[in-house]
Amino acid sequence: MSHRRWITELAAAALVLLLVWLVLYPIFVVVGDAADKTALHEFFTRPGEWAVLWASIWISLVSVVLAAAIGIPLAFLFEWFDFPGRKTLGALIALPVVLPPLVGVIAFLFLYGESGFIARAVQVVFHLEQAPWRLQGAGAILLVHAYSMYVYFYLFTRAGLAKLDVSMLEAAQALGADARATLWRVIVPLLRPSLIGAAMLTFMTALGSFSAPYIFGGGFRVMTTQIVATKLNGDLPLAMVETVALALVAVVGLLILRGTEGDDILVALGKGIAPRPRPIRRASVRFLAAAAGWGLAVVLLLPHLTLGLVSLVPYGAWTTEILPPVINFENYRRLFSEAERLRPMLNSLWMAAVSTAVAVALALVGGWLVVRRRVALRRVIEGLLALPWALPGTVFAIALAITFSVRAPLQLRLVLVGTAVILPLAYLVRALPLTGRGILASYRQLDPALEEAAASLGAGRWRTLTRVTLPQLRPGLAAGASLAFVAALGDIVASIVLYTYDTRPVSIEILSSLRLSETGVAAAFGVVLMLVSAVVLGVGTRR
Amino acid sequence: MTSFLQIQAIEKRWGDGVTVGPITLDIARGEILALLGPSGSGKTTMLRLLAGFETADGGRIVVANEDVTAVPPARRRFGMVFQHYALFPHLDVGENVAFGLPRSGGAHRDAKVIAALGLVDLAGFERRKVHELSGGQQQRVALARALAPEPRVLLLDEPLSNLDPALRERTRRELRQVIKRAGGGITTVFVTHEQEEAFDLGDRIAVINAGHLEQTGTAGELYERPANLFVATFVGRANVFRGRSARALGSSGDGVVVVRPERLRFSGAGLPGVVRERRYTGAAAFYSVEGDDGERFEVLAEPDAANVGDRVYVEATRLIALAANGGRA
Repeated sequence: MSHRRWITELAAAALVLLLVWLVLYPIFVVVGDAADKTALHEFFTRPGEWAVLWASIWISLVSVVLAAAIGIPLAFLFEWFDFPGRKTLGALIALPVVLPPLVGVIAFLFLYGESGFIARAVQVVFHLEQAPWRLQGAGAILLVHAYSMYVYFYLFTRAGLAKLDVSMLEAAQALGADARATLWRVIVPLLRPSLIGAAMLTFMTALGSFSAPYIFGGGFRVMTTQIVATKLNGDLPLAMVETVALALVAVVGLLILRGTEGDDILVALGKGIAPRPRPIRRASVRFLAAAAGWGLAVVLLLPHLTLGLVSLVPYGAWTTEILPPVINFENYRRLFSEAERLRPMLNSLWMAAVSTAVAVALALVGGWLVVRRRVALRRVIEGLLALPWALPGTVFAIALAITFSVRAPLQLRLVLVGTAVILPLAYLVRALPLTGRGILASYRQLDPALEEAAASLGAGRWRTLTRVTLPQLRPGLAAGASLAFVAALGDIVASIVLYTYDTRPVSIEILSSLRLSETGVAAAFGVVLMLVSAVVLGVGTRR
Repeated sequence: MTSFLQIQAIEKRWGDGVTVGPITLDIARGEILALLGPSGSGKTTMLRLLAGFETADGGRIVVANEDVTAVPPARRRFGMVFQHYALFPHLDVGENVAFGLPRSGGAHRDAKVIAALGLVDLAGFERRKVHELSGGQQQRVALARALAPEPRVLLLDEPLSNLDPALRERTRRELRQVIKRAGGGITTVFVTHEQEEAFDLGDRIAVINAGHLEQTGTAGELYERPANLFVATFVGRANVFRGRSARALGSSGDGVVVVRPERLRFSGAGLPGVVRERRYTGAAAFYSVEGDDGERFEVLAEPDAANVGDRVYVEATRLIALAANGGRA
């Protein structure tokens, strides 16, 4: 092996060690510590624990079914039929995916909650003594999940449909297949990878979901909220056993879904042309489709519009009226003028920026080593970068909290909990799969001849990197980075376990505002979070 | 002839036991050398060694008396045209061509871009997007980009393989003119697997097979005096005769005899056979003849020289005699 090769392999080994320390080691620590006899006994004998674990599983499965039931028909409607407003609506209804889960949840609360806009309206119209319903329990959680997660099925199915080759459908028809047979024997099998991808994403998101069960759960607990509650009660050993149980469910769930994926290659031969959307001929049907589309868009956007409205209502001004009697920008003024309120905003921004930057840098080094240098440890690097995606955020939050609250330098354990470092570190772990996937995919598509061409034209390493490599990686890099940034900005799962008062992020501030019934301020925070997220994603995912 | 670019016993050993070289070649200033060989013969490896993208396991590369074997590609001042052009898609035509020019150039730099694009007949294309261009135009931009920094050596990797056949022939001649005009004739090495391309474009041709240099020479030398059976059959059409058939054509030794189709003619005596097939090329026709020993060979003759099914005798006007093992007799 040449001298240079040795240095490259050494760099790869160093990266692997760093990633193991960040991603794998904390999990091992938790698994090791969870092997505690009394805690295990407690977990296995308390019926409540099993009920909670089962709740996590069935909530996730039903979420997948609901999300598929909404997302798939929508995808067919928007991909195959043309009606007025198709393009605008098609983009609008993908919106929930770009919003931090917590923002969606409080928007839901303000709209459908027992003191929400709609409940209030019903109460006034029917002269009811009390709120007509309580948005609580499993049903409420599923409602929020279905509302935010159908987007995965919608986007994946649309992408799958767009890749369908129209000649394949024509071939099926030429072979005598009617519409029904074409759907079941050609389209659905070809869509299978997209559907399984969406199911995996929905399952993992639902399993790791924290905001919805935390705010709407009431007495109904799922594992993520249970773990945080157990930890707050001070029963760390039990919290660790619960964490391991949740991690196991995630891994088993992923393996089962991966198993259904099969290994047959479903790549269309030759370049396909997707079927063009068919204009709906009959005026009445066209009107119905458009009305349904616009109605749906309104329903989907209503929570966010409500959030905007609530953010304009000053503290204590809105009591029993249908519409708020006073509207002004008082909440926003307080947000930006009171140091104590501005602090969490700035905290979230810098922590998200730092964790994203480091995640991008690690992914770039990883991508170069894996794709360009094809180092011996390339599979390991790729696996470590992707791993945090396979486990719920709560698992990592607990793992980091346990691992980095002990000072034992020989075990590579430092006291980071309680410092300003721990939250960015937690965000970084969650960001790695996002930046890693985007950058690795772009690197794979990058023709190595481009970098060689730059070198042959006299460009050194730095110039090749900045003028050729990075501009070519830009789409994947920007998409990954903006997703990572937005995820960190709106994070609540890791924050609620690891924050300190000085480094409290926006999500924690929203929760404490809600607790103090300062709904206007909470909504204003939500709106700001939503706008920043939308702008960052809009810029980052622009082609 | 003083050699400007010297390749001295250069060698590359791949992990799986495949070795390219050692190869030694001298290339004169301003000369165009074709590296001709079948795919997998090691010709692209040779080109990448010259460019510096691969590091040699042995031997030296010398340019103008400077040893560049260990010089990284960025400092070698070799221009390269890639097989798929490798134009930077995020830059326009002008920015692509300017990429290799010193950044402090200013107006001088612009003048060089204009000159380079003018050389390849793409004046005024500076602000075009790369993906808007046709394949032939992209190829010329790639050439202009490689030539703009005035490299010491120009390297081309299958420069015409991405063009359609009709365009290929015309581009071949234009390419040669541009190279000969650029800076008064730039020293060039190019890789191809097509004999016609090598003949048309190269001043001299180096035939490479299985990692070894088989022969170097002009087109005429390779065609008329091939060093061995591989060169004889890879360069141009060739009929190979052994034993009795070879002797019937006038060979005196025990070796192998190679005869080009145009060097065979129908006659009253010689090697007997039956015409099995006739293919017109227009001015002449290829006759596929089956000899009495079952061997097949081709004769190029007048379109009406024979009919399918005719029993004919064939004689050779020029024999290329090789040793029994395929080497030069």
